[in-house]
Amino acid sequence: MNPFSSGTRLRDMIRAIRACKTAAEERAVVRKECAAIRAAINENDQDYRHRNLAKLMFIHMLGYPTHFGQMECLKLIASPGFPEKRIGYLGLMLLLDERQEVLMLVTNSVKQDLNHTNQYIVGLALCALGNICSAEMARDLAPEVERLLQFRDPNIRKKAALCSIRIIKKVPDLAENFINPVAALLKEKHHGVLITGVQLCTDLCKVSPEALEYFRKKCTDGLVRTLRDLVNSPYAPEYDIAGITDPFLHIRLLKLLRVLGRGDADASDSMNDILAQVATKTESNKNAGNAILYECVETIMSIEDNGGLRVLAINILGRFLSNRDNNIRYVALNMLMRAITVDAQAVQRHRATILECVKDSDASIRKRALELVYLLVNESNVKPLTKELVDYLEVSDQDFKGDLTAKVCSIIEKFSPEKSWYIDQMLKVLTEAGNFVKDEVWHALVVVISNASDLHGYTVRALFRALQTTAEQESLVRVAVWCIGEYGDLLVSNAGMLNVEDPITVTESDAVDIVESAIKRHASDLTTKSMALIALLKLSSRFPSCSRRIKDIVVQHKGSLVLELQQRSLEFNSIIEKHQNIRSALVERMPVLDEATFGGRRASSLPNTVSTSSGTAVKLPNGVAKPSAAPLVDLLDLSDDVPAPSSSGGDFLQDLLGVNLPPATQSEGTNQTPKAGTDVLLDLLSIGSTPAQDNNLSTPDILSSGQDNKPIIASLDVLAAPSLTHTTSSTASNMMDLLDGLGPAPPKPAENGPAYPSIVAFESSSLRLTFNFSKQPGNPQTTMISGSFTNLSSNLFTDFVFQAAVPKFLQLHLDPASGNSLPASGNGTITQSLKVTNSQHGKKPLVMRLRIAYKVDGKDVLEEGQINNFPRDL
Amino acid sequence: MIRFILLQNRQGKTRLAKYYVPLEDSEKHKVEYEVHRLVVNRDPKFTNFVEFRTHKVIYRRYAGLFFSLCVDITDNELAYLECIHLFVEILDHFFSNVCELDLVFNFHKVYLILDEFILAGELQETSKRVCIFSYALTIPYIL
Repeated sequence: MNPFSSGTRLRDMIRAIRACKTAAEERAVVRKECAAIRAAINENDQDYRHRNLAKLMFIHMLGYPTHFGQMECLKLIASPGFPEKRIGYLGLMLLLDERQEVLMLVTNSVKQDLNHTNQYIVGLALCALGNICSAEMARDLAPEVERLLQFRDPNIRKKAALCSIRIIKKVPDLAENFINPVAALLKEKHHGVLITGVQLCTDLCKVSPEALEYFRKKCTDGLVRTLRDLVNSPYAPEYDIAGITDPFLHIRLLKLLRVLGRGDADASDSMNDILAQVATKTESNKNAGNAILYECVETIMSIEDNGGLRVLAINILGRFLSNRDNNIRYVALNMLMRAITVDAQAVQRHRATILECVKDSDASIRKRALELVYLLVNESNVKPLTKELVDYLEVSDQDFKGDLTAKVCSIIEKFSPEKSWYIDQMLKVLTEAGNFVKDEVWHALVVVISNASDLHGYTVRALFRALQTTAEQESLVRVAVWCIGEYGDLLVSNAGMLNVEDPITVTESDAVDIVESAIKRHASDLTTKSMALIALLKLSSRFPSCSRRIKDIVVQHKGSLVLELQQRSLEFNSIIEKHQNIRSALVERMPVLDEATFGGRRASSLPNTVSTSSGTAVKLPNGVAKPSAAPLVDLLDLSDDVPAPSSSGGDFLQDLLGVNLPPATQSEGTNQTPKAGTDVLLDLLSIGSTPAQDNNLSTPDILSSGQDNKPIIASLDVLAAPSLTHTTSSTASNMMDLLDGLGPAPPKPAENGPAYPSIVAFESSSLRLTFNFSKQPGNPQTTMISGSFTNLSSNLFTDFVFQAAVPKFLQLHLDPASGNSLPASGNGTITQSLKVTNSQHGKKPLVMRLRIAYKVDGKDVLEEGQINNFPRDL
Repeated sequence: MIRFILLQNRQGKTRLAKYYVPLEDSEKHKVEYEVHRLVVNRDPKFTNFVEFRTHKVIYRRYAGLFFSLCVDITDNELAYLECIHLFVEILDHFFSNVCELDLVFNFHKVYLILDEFILAGELQETSKRVCIFSYALTIPYIL
């Protein structure tokens, strides 16, 4: 007999397929069978249709496409006999789903079958409908199903109930129609009908609030009674599982009670007794009992408050937690997370057990337990909890470490009682799992360290020790390198020793060693190396004896292929070599970083911090405190000064008024400097983020990019003057190297307050006047100007007199000049101070007209000019 | 609600797959593959519940077969564990000491039994007797 004819019995085909040794053989067999089946379909073979469909179903289960058999299902369903219908519906459920259009063709057959006289055929139809009906079919056939809810046979009733569940899920509008029949179902005695009725009721309540109200009012008591009967029922062999009669029905009833009792005090009251009974009487040595207890606890937690019941529930959960079965513990942890919102105190009592679960070998239990611990932390228990967690960090799995680290860090941050504890814990975390620590976290750590000035010595020593033992963790290296750079002197001098510390002797070269090793480490990434370079620069200033050696180290990166390192290396090298006089000012101790700003910024998600390739030049911190000066808009009127004498010429003032001040020429120069990051910390770590707001506010207009607010240096063309680097100039090193050869002139240190770039107010062939600005903090309207005259000619100027005029909205006060003879060729300067008060500060910029008179070789010379290039917001 | 039921052996062959949510054939294969991978490598000491996409899978191993149920996140896991066990008992009773081969050669009967036990993703009947002796199963056919 040909084994591949459609006359083959099903089991022979299965045997043939199983006998295949390779996938190719199997494919060949299946292909032959499919061909035979297709031929039979084309011939409209009646006799073996059911067999062919069964074969198709098997082939489908193996994973081969079988779409050509879908119409066969329809034909079989339309056949009159029960066995054909049975296999037809089975094929339908397996080969089709609700999204196929072919399904619509079945609707009519199903409708007829729902009205069939043979109740078993009705059952088949209901089964198929319940499993795969689509929304249209549901709408069409809902009336039939509704009618069948009251059929005489309980098996049909229960199938109809489940079919209705699917219908109301697909078409929620039809829910109202089912409310009344369901109420009747809930009074049934047959377990199958009861359980399906309860399920239908639960879903109805979810879908329709009216149904919920109705059932709550009418059926709660009945359900309570049913449950009580069930709990008290005698042994029933048919439904008995582990000594409990029909635990599934228990569970479903509890679930329905939960839905009814939630949010309603009366309904909750009526349930209290039965819930207490179930909670106390159910045996929990078998899974069935535990399942019921679990459902009971869930219900107690969800319905309206009853103190006694809640305590009972939490005790059950406590028992679950100490159960050896992992499933039970998992389920208990889940429930406890929800119970915390309800009664945190009670859950705290089980803290120790929960902590044990964090160390469990099962990953899901560990995760749940960790989340639970996180919710349990408060001020009183944070120290012991953190200690446990950090200890566990050492032994935890790699894949768990990430989660654990994140949680531990946020716990430490939120609840740390004092800074020293915070620093200690963070150090431990960094040592163990620094690679998992996110950037915001160690940034925050640095902020805290900088704020804890009494702990600087302690911190840097602890970091030094940590770095000596392990240097694998990137974040630890970064923080340590930063601290050693900043506080290296404290490290060497052992300043600020706390009682708990062991003394440690660190020489300068040890410190340099360790930073050097950070650079040399192969695994260090760009950020770390950049930070190490800066740290070395700082150390070269703090430890002058090591300057030579540091220079050698720095110079090694001159040829680095990474732009950032190369740039830093060159610039720092240049500073160390040629600009020792400003070096110490450049790398003075950083000002305390403002925690609030950083906290706020962190909350608003820092941009990507690793972009050292943004090309930001090195921003060196400067001794001058970052100006947290008053905003420019605030004007105080300090107009008690006599304006400058040369108020001659009202016509001057007419001209001056309404002058539109062009932006200073500095802007061109400053464009070259890359965006200066505002806050020094990020600059220090050369991270490219430039948050716009912040307490730094000088002259945003001068710099064309809206974000910069460090005013930078004068432009290239005006560089000859002493006003080379300005007060808080952050790109000092940058500009200086570009203009190497112009001679380092010490920058005029600024007074407090925001810094403004100096300008060349007036320049002629023989004379240059440069203004340096400063403002008193709190007095933004008033600007102190320090004017400096330079004689560009080769003749001596004598009787030098400077006069200035300002429009009405400005007030000018001139101090006496330092002298009245100006040596030739820039060999000396005359300085004169001016004080200008702008009553229209912020609205109108400064303008000034000047007249300079002097004698050259006895001849009078008069020079006049107008200054338009004041910085905008003076 | 149960989203699907899978019976797979250790090699990953699916012996029974019943879906109560609509999925394309390719998606079904992917799901079967993923669930198998998830379930086959788990240590017996671990819990029987695994998170799977946005639902969870409750599984139990009987000899060489894995019975996996995918349910909603909010469902009672312990109850479904019992459900799996009840189904296995029903099969055991029906086939008299069921083994994998029985399930392979009589897959159409297994589906019929399953349809008596679970319908529309919910439990239909909790009595073993009713499931096994339903009329649908009593009519034989020659296949």
